[in-house]
Amino acid sequence: MTEVRIEGLVKTYGSAFALDNVSLTFPHGSFFGLLGPSGSGKTTLLRAIAGFVVPDQGRVFFDGEPVEALAVEDREIGMVFQNYALFPNMTVAQNVAFGLAVRKVSAADQKRRVAEVLDLVQLGDFGRRKPHELSGGQRQRVAMARAIVTRPRVLLLDEPLSALDRSLRVDMQIELKRIQREVGITTIFVTHDQEEALTLSDQIGILKVGKLIRHGAPLEVYENPRDAFTARFLGEANLFEVLSSSNGYHLADGTKIEALPSTHGDMLAIRPEHLVVSVTEPAQGPRLRATLIQRIFAGAIGSCVIDWQGHPLKATGRYQEFSTLPDQGPVWLSWSPDQARWVSQ
Amino acid sequence: MTRYGLLGRLYVGLILLFLYAPILVMAVMSFNASEFYQLPVHLSTVWYERLSQNTEILAAAWRSIWIAFVVTGIATILGTSASIALWRYDFPGKPILQMLLFPPIAIPWLITGTAMLIFFFGIGLGRGTPSVILGHVALALPYVIVVVSARLATFDRALEEAARSLGARPWAVTRAVTLPWIAPGIVAGALFAFAVSFDQFVVSYFLSEPGDITLPVLIYSAIRKGFTPEINAVSTVIIAVSMGVMLIAARFSKFGGER
Repeated sequence: MTEVRIEGLVKTYGSAFALDNVSLTFPHGSFFGLLGPSGSGKTTLLRAIAGFVVPDQGRVFFDGEPVEALAVEDREIGMVFQNYALFPNMTVAQNVAFGLAVRKVSAADQKRRVAEVLDLVQLGDFGRRKPHELSGGQRQRVAMARAIVTRPRVLLLDEPLSALDRSLRVDMQIELKRIQREVGITTIFVTHDQEEALTLSDQIGILKVGKLIRHGAPLEVYENPRDAFTARFLGEANLFEVLSSSNGYHLADGTKIEALPSTHGDMLAIRPEHLVVSVTEPAQGPRLRATLIQRIFAGAIGSCVIDWQGHPLKATGRYQEFSTLPDQGPVWLSWSPDQARWVSQ
Repeated sequence: MTRYGLLGRLYVGLILLFLYAPILVMAVMSFNASEFYQLPVHLSTVWYERLSQNTEILAAAWRSIWIAFVVTGIATILGTSASIALWRYDFPGKPILQMLLFPPIAIPWLITGTAMLIFFFGIGLGRGTPSVILGHVALALPYVIVVVSARLATFDRALEEAARSLGARPWAVTRAVTLPWIAPGIVAGALFAFAVSFDQFVVSYFLSEPGDITLPVLIYSAIRKGFTPEINAVSTVIIAVSMGVMLIAARFSKFGGER
């Protein structure tokens, strides 16, 4: 198992920063998700670790050894590409054996290890098929098998599930997690899908225009976003600007807000699941007067679209909780103060 | 069928008629016993028998064939390497270089041939088979590059990256992944190169020495001396071979888009 560390990576394309001084440690054996919108630099970061991108500045270490001088083919990585990049002229078994063949592993060992890894990805009987005879999910698993059969030091996944349809994606998330746990390779993957990041990773890093703005355990980052971007990108958040005056903090409509002991930031973020909608005014706690625009029924979970001072807000909950509300009209919004988070803009 | 269908088919029929009627006449006459194109046709293979004994024609045909093979070999290897390099690497002046590859296709062969003749005399190589081969390679190279590059344009770069990530060095990547993908393009390019060389008259006429001529040049000189149906026979053979080659090439270049 290998610990991957990057230090002060900078990469510019023209005058635009793809990576802007990014430093991060990927602990050995971790399943690390790099999350960000397109253009955030997450793919550039992954390709810099692989060696396809040469950073302008900064260093990459595998287990403390610098690898900048090593070409891609010498870094002992495994990589799964967005569209799998299976070799179309080879069978599944030949695809998986490719990395072993270039390492001059004996034919008998190749055969045994290919069979083992195909069993691991539950494609034991597919060795003789050609890639074009496989479904999307099967191709994904062949790509995975091909990447791990060489026992790489680090496994890099570039949007591994984005080419699959939704139901298959959820199955493959579970499958990927199982395989990674069984082989225990340090895995770094890139995604723009926050649900995928939350499901798969034991560590996440959030990137925005080339900067790493937050990293940590998914639950910790989700529960305690420290900035508006993270709050909105990882999950959803209702953001309220907080104004301060001589008699404390208040919102734009004058609603008073209690400052928390560890206050930092100038906005209040409240997750939709923590926003309570009621027709009658709550007896205590912070509360707002707002207008219900629409109730949406979407299976077990329902949501309310609310307008407050011209800002659209969202509340989610079990649908039954919303069934007593009118279709639209004036409502009260409230939350428990310990569910609100102060974030910086 | 609609009226448009009927008109369209008539149109296509006329095109095919203009394209192939002269060739058909020549092919039929090569099987006619009469030396003076008299009708009706008396089927005979006499001209083919005469052809098979005409050492001058056979020597020229043989020379045309081996020159075409040598040219095909050189042009295909150079052209394929150039295509891969142009596709894989970015370097200063690349767009200009790519642009410079096309004029040889567009410049009339008469002018290219004259220029080559002057050039080869200028550098002291003069006329002869080496000059013919060099000239043919120069003409065939752009065709190979265009056809192979078209195939490469459909190649997914991630395949090369995947091979590298698995530990393959550049040559192993090319051999295991890139070449199998572009193979149909290489075959099609090679067939084009063969056809350019084998059918080449103008440049061959300018660059070959009198005792050392290729088949098209020989046919031209023969016609000037006086036409015999032997020429019909040899032309029919050439047309059959060329059409065969071009049909195979068309088939392979069509494969270029699929798979």
